[in-house]
Amino acid sequence: MANIISDETIDYVGILAKLELSGEEREQAKSDMGRMLDYIDKLGELDTADVEPMSHVFPVQNVFRGDVVTNGDEREALLANAPEQKDGMFVVPKTFE
Amino acid sequence: MKITDMTALQLAEAIRAGQTTAVEAAEAMLANIEARDKRYNCYVTVDAEGALAQARDVQAKIEAGELTGALAGVPVAIKDNMCTEGLLTTCSSRILYNFVPPYTAEAVLNLKKAGAVILGKTNMDEFAMGSTTETSAYGVTRNPWDTERVPGGSSGGSAAAVAAGECFCALGSDTGGSIRQPAAYCGTVGMKPTYGTVSRYGLIAYGSSLDQIGPLTRDVADCAAVLTAIASHDEKDSTSIAREDTDFTSALLDDVKGMRIGVPNDYFGDGLDGGVKEAVLAAAKALEEKGAVVEHFDLSLVEYAIPAYYTIAAAEASSNLERFDGIKYGYRAKEYAGLHNMYKKSRSEGFGEEVKRRIMLGSFVLSSGYYDAYYLKALRVKALIKKAFDDAFGKYDVILGPVAPTTAPRLGESLADPIKMYLGDIYTIAVNLAGLPAISLPCGRDENGLPIGLQLIGDCFQEKKLIRTAYTYEKIRGAFPAAVKEVG
Amino acid sequence: MAREYETVIGLEVHVELATKTKIFCGCSTAFGAEPNTQICPVCTGMPGSLPVLNRQVLEYAIAVGLATDCEIARYAKFDRKNYFYPDNPQNYQISQLYLPICRNGGVEIQTADGGVKKVGIHEIHMEEDAGKLIHDEWGDCSLVDYNRSGVPLIEIVSEPDMRSAEEVIAYLEKLRLIIQYLGASDCKLQEGSMRADVNLSVREIGTREFGTRTEMKNLNSFKAISRAIEGETERQIDLLESGEKVIQETRRWDDAKGESYAMRSKEDAQDYRYFPDPDLVPIAVSDEMLEEIRAKQPEFRTEKRKRYREEFGIPDYDIEIITASKYMADLFEAAAAICGQPKKVSNWLMGETLRLMKEREVEAEDLRFSPENLAKLITLTDAGTINSSVAKEVFEAMFEENADPEKYVEEKGLKNVNDEGALRKTVEEVIAANPQSVADYRGGKEKAIGFLVGQTMKAMKGKADPAAVNRMLKELL
Repeated sequence: MANIISDETIDYVGILAKLELSGEEREQAKSDMGRMLDYIDKLGELDTADVEPMSHVFPVQNVFRGDVVTNGDEREALLANAPEQKDGMFVVPKTFE
Repeated sequence: MKITDMTALQLAEAIRAGQTTAVEAAEAMLANIEARDKRYNCYVTVDAEGALAQARDVQAKIEAGELTGALAGVPVAIKDNMCTEGLLTTCSSRILYNFVPPYTAEAVLNLKKAGAVILGKTNMDEFAMGSTTETSAYGVTRNPWDTERVPGGSSGGSAAAVAAGECFCALGSDTGGSIRQPAAYCGTVGMKPTYGTVSRYGLIAYGSSLDQIGPLTRDVADCAAVLTAIASHDEKDSTSIAREDTDFTSALLDDVKGMRIGVPNDYFGDGLDGGVKEAVLAAAKALEEKGAVVEHFDLSLVEYAIPAYYTIAAAEASSNLERFDGIKYGYRAKEYAGLHNMYKKSRSEGFGEEVKRRIMLGSFVLSSGYYDAYYLKALRVKALIKKAFDDAFGKYDVILGPVAPTTAPRLGESLADPIKMYLGDIYTIAVNLAGLPAISLPCGRDENGLPIGLQLIGDCFQEKKLIRTAYTYEKIRGAFPAAVKEVG
Repeated sequence: MAREYETVIGLEVHVELATKTKIFCGCSTAFGAEPNTQICPVCTGMPGSLPVLNRQVLEYAIAVGLATDCEIARYAKFDRKNYFYPDNPQNYQISQLYLPICRNGGVEIQTADGGVKKVGIHEIHMEEDAGKLIHDEWGDCSLVDYNRSGVPLIEIVSEPDMRSAEEVIAYLEKLRLIIQYLGASDCKLQEGSMRADVNLSVREIGTREFGTRTEMKNLNSFKAISRAIEGETERQIDLLESGEKVIQETRRWDDAKGESYAMRSKEDAQDYRYFPDPDLVPIAVSDEMLEEIRAKQPEFRTEKRKRYREEFGIPDYDIEIITASKYMADLFEAAAAICGQPKKVSNWLMGETLRLMKEREVEAEDLRFSPENLAKLITLTDAGTINSSVAKEVFEAMFEENADPEKYVEEKGLKNVNDEGALRKTVEEVIAANPQSVADYRGGKEKAIGFLVGQTMKAMKGKADPAAVNRMLKELL
C-alpha cells in the first residue's frame, strides 16, 4: 500500500469530520482509506495540465430569486425534530467557558 | 387480469374506466406488502392509513373529473431519502431514526399532484452509499428473485418493491448507478434522467453534483409516464433546468430505424460475466435487426471514472452530511462531555461504517494540502470524461452496454471488500459524472434465472431517444416474467 | 537605543446588507423578531433543502465594489467553508474563496497630517451570516436562534495598508459612508450590522517584511477598535522586546477588561476544506448588468455638497457636517422638503442635534426623530405657537423618543398665550410694578423695554410669544 494512514492523520480527519473511531473500527478505517487513496492515485496517470476543473456539467448561470419575503413563522414545525428545545430555541451543550 | 399484476398505466386506465378504484388498488398493494414485506423488507415505513386516506381523496377527484392524469390513483413507493411531510424519513440511517420532515420533496409533490398515492418509504443503502442495500440501519432488503441475494443499491428497496409487487412503481435516486443497478438486479426498468431534469429539493443530498431522482417501474411506458410527472423546473433548486420537452410518453414508439447505437468495447472487457455479455450483445443485435445502426467503438477513460467519482462524491458527501450534528434533528448521543464530544459521539454512533468511511475520505481529500492533488484532479478528469462522451455522441444517438458486470451477488459477498464493491459500478458511474440520462431494462436471465440489465445511455436531454430505443427493444423481447408468482 | 516599531493593520469588515430577505431563502431579515420566527428549512440546514441566491445581494455587492474602485469579476462562484459550530446550521458557511465578486479596489482616507492615503481593498465577497448563540444562565447549556442565519453579508478585505488606529477609524468611516450612501446597509456597529476584525502585526521601522499577525474579533465600536489596536500593539511589542514570538492566532477582545485572549481549541483545526458549492451555479456578470447597477448608483457626497451649495444656500461648514452621514443628509433633505425652510432645518441639525449627539454619545444613524416632526417643530416656531426656549424643550423630547411636537406642546400646555386680554392684563401689571423702567423707556432708553419683556415672560411662565409681548408693551407705553 503506497498510502499509509497514520494515527495522526486519522485523528486529524476525525477533528475535521467530527468522528471518533476506536479499536478495530479505527484500524479498519486506516487501511480502507489507504487503499482508497492508492486507488485514487490512478488518476495521476492522466495528464490534465491543460484541463479546467469541471464542477458543473451544464453552463447554467445566474439563477436568482427576487428579494421578496415568502416565508412566515415556521418555528414550531422546524423545532419539532430538535432533540432538545427551550424557549423557542435549539438547546446545545454550553459554548462559552 | 388481477389489478396487482397491472402496470401503473393499465391500473390508472382501469380506474378511469370505473373497473376498479384507487382505494381498491391501495388496499390490494397494502395486502401484498402485508403478506410479502416480512420476507423482502422493501419498506422502512409503510403508511397504510395515510395511503388509504390519499386513495379516497384521489378517487373522489377522479370521479369529479379533477384528476385525469395517466397516473391518477396509482399506489407508489418513495425511496427513504426524499422528504415527506409528516412521514418518517430516515435515509436508512440511525442518525435520522426519528426525523419527520416539515416539508415534501418537489419530485414527490409532483407525483402526488399527478394523483399518485404514497404507500410508504423504501429501504436503501444508508445515505445512498452502497450498491447492495446492505448498509441500511434497518436491515437488508432481499432480492425477490432469490432471497439469498441482494437487490442492488442504493435504491434496492424501491427496485425490490416494484419486482415483488409491493407497489406499481417507485422513485429512486441515482448518484453513481443507484437506480439502474438495482433495476437490473431486480428485473425492473429504472431511469436516471439528465442532471437538472427532476428537482433535488427535498432529496437528502449525497453527492449534490451527481444526485438525480428517477423512476423504477415495471415497463418502459410506466417509466416514461412517471418521468413526465416528476420532471419540472423548480425555482427552489438552482441546478434545476427549464425544459420544454418533458412529455416523455410521446417517445413511446416502436421504431429504431436509423438510430445510431454505439457499443463501447471498454464495457465488454475483463470482469464482465459471460452470461451478461451474451445477453447485452444479443439485445444490440436485435435492435440492429430492427433497423438501428450498431457500431462498436472505444469510449476510453472508463477505468478512471470510479476513482474520480469516489473522490468527488466523498468530498461532497463529507460536507453535505455535516448538518447531522445532533442539534436540529435526529440522533443525539445520550452521554457526552461538552459540545465537540457531543458532535463526535452523535455522529460516530449515528452513522454506519460505509458512511463514516466516505465522510473520512471526503474530509481528507478536501483538507489543506490535498485539495489540488485529489479534488481538483478529479474535477479535471471529470471534464475529460465528459469530453469523451461528447465525442461519442457526435457519432451515436445511444450508447449501449451492460448495467453491471454480474447479476445480483449473494448477501454479504460485497461488503467485505469495499473496492471490489465500488468496481461493480464501473458501467454506471461515468453517466453521473457527465450528467447524462441512462435507462436500465431487463434483457434476459442468467443460468440461475437472475435478471440481466441492459443499459442505454443518451446525450444530455436526449431521454426520448432512450425511451424510444428501450420501448422498441421491450417489444422485441416480449413480456418479462414476474419475480413473485404466488400471492400471500 | 530603544527599537522603534510600526503597526501594520489590515481589516476584514463584515457588513449586513439591507435586503428584505436572506441571501438564500425567502425569510425576512427584520431585526428584533422573537427567536426562530424568521427561519425555514434552508436557513436551518434541514436535510434536502437547497439555496437560491437573492439577486439583490449580488447587486449590492457589485454596487459597493464599484463605489470602492474594485474590479468586478465577470465570473464568480460560491464556495463552502466547512466548520462545526452550533450557530452554523449546515456546519458549512456558504461564502466565496476562489472567485469572489470584487477585487483590487481601494478608498482614500485623510491622514493625521492632512494628507490623503489610499487603503487598498484586496477583495469583497458575499456570504451568509450565522445564527445567534445565547448562554442560558440557568442551565448548563446554550440556546440557538437562527433568525440571523442566512442574513446576507459582504466581507470587505483590505490590504495591510493602515498604520494606526486613526487610519483604521478613518477607513471604517469612509466605508460606512459609502455603503450608507448606497443604501446597501445601515452599518451600525453596535447592532452588529457592521463588524470589523483587525489583522495586526508589528515590525521594526525600516523592515520590509511583515511580522506575524494576529486576528482580533468582537470589536463593536470605534472606541473598542482603537483600544484593541493599542492594546494588541503593546502586547506584540512586549513579546518581541522580551525575546518571545508572536503566534499567528485569532484573539477575542474584551473591551471591559481592555485585554484580548486567544480563542484556541484543540478541536479547532482551522482547515476549512473550501470547495465550490455544487448546489449553486456560477454568476456571470454581463455588461448590461454592470451598466444597470452603475445607473442606479446614488448621488455620492461630492455631488451632494455641490447641490446643497446651489440649492439650499447653507454654509459650507454645515454642508460638510450634514453630508458626512447619509442618514443626516436624508434627514435634512426630507425635513427641508416638508417645511420649505432648509436654513432652519440646518440650524437645528448643527445646533441642538449635534449638541445632544455629543452629550449622549449618539451616532447619526441612531437619531430617533423623524423629518416630519422636525418640520412640524419649525412650523410651530415660525407661526409663533411656541417660543424658542419651549422649542428646545420640545426638541429634546423628540430627540429622546421622536415625540410629535404638536401633541407634546398640547399635552404639556406649552403653547404661547395668544389671548389678547390675558396678555394685556399681564403687561399692564408689569408696567404698574416697574415705574423706573417705564420712565427710562419713555426717557428714550430703548433698551429698558427688554427688561419689561423679560418680566412679562416670567409672569406668563414662558408661554408667550416675545414678539407679541414687545408689540403690546409699545402700544401701552
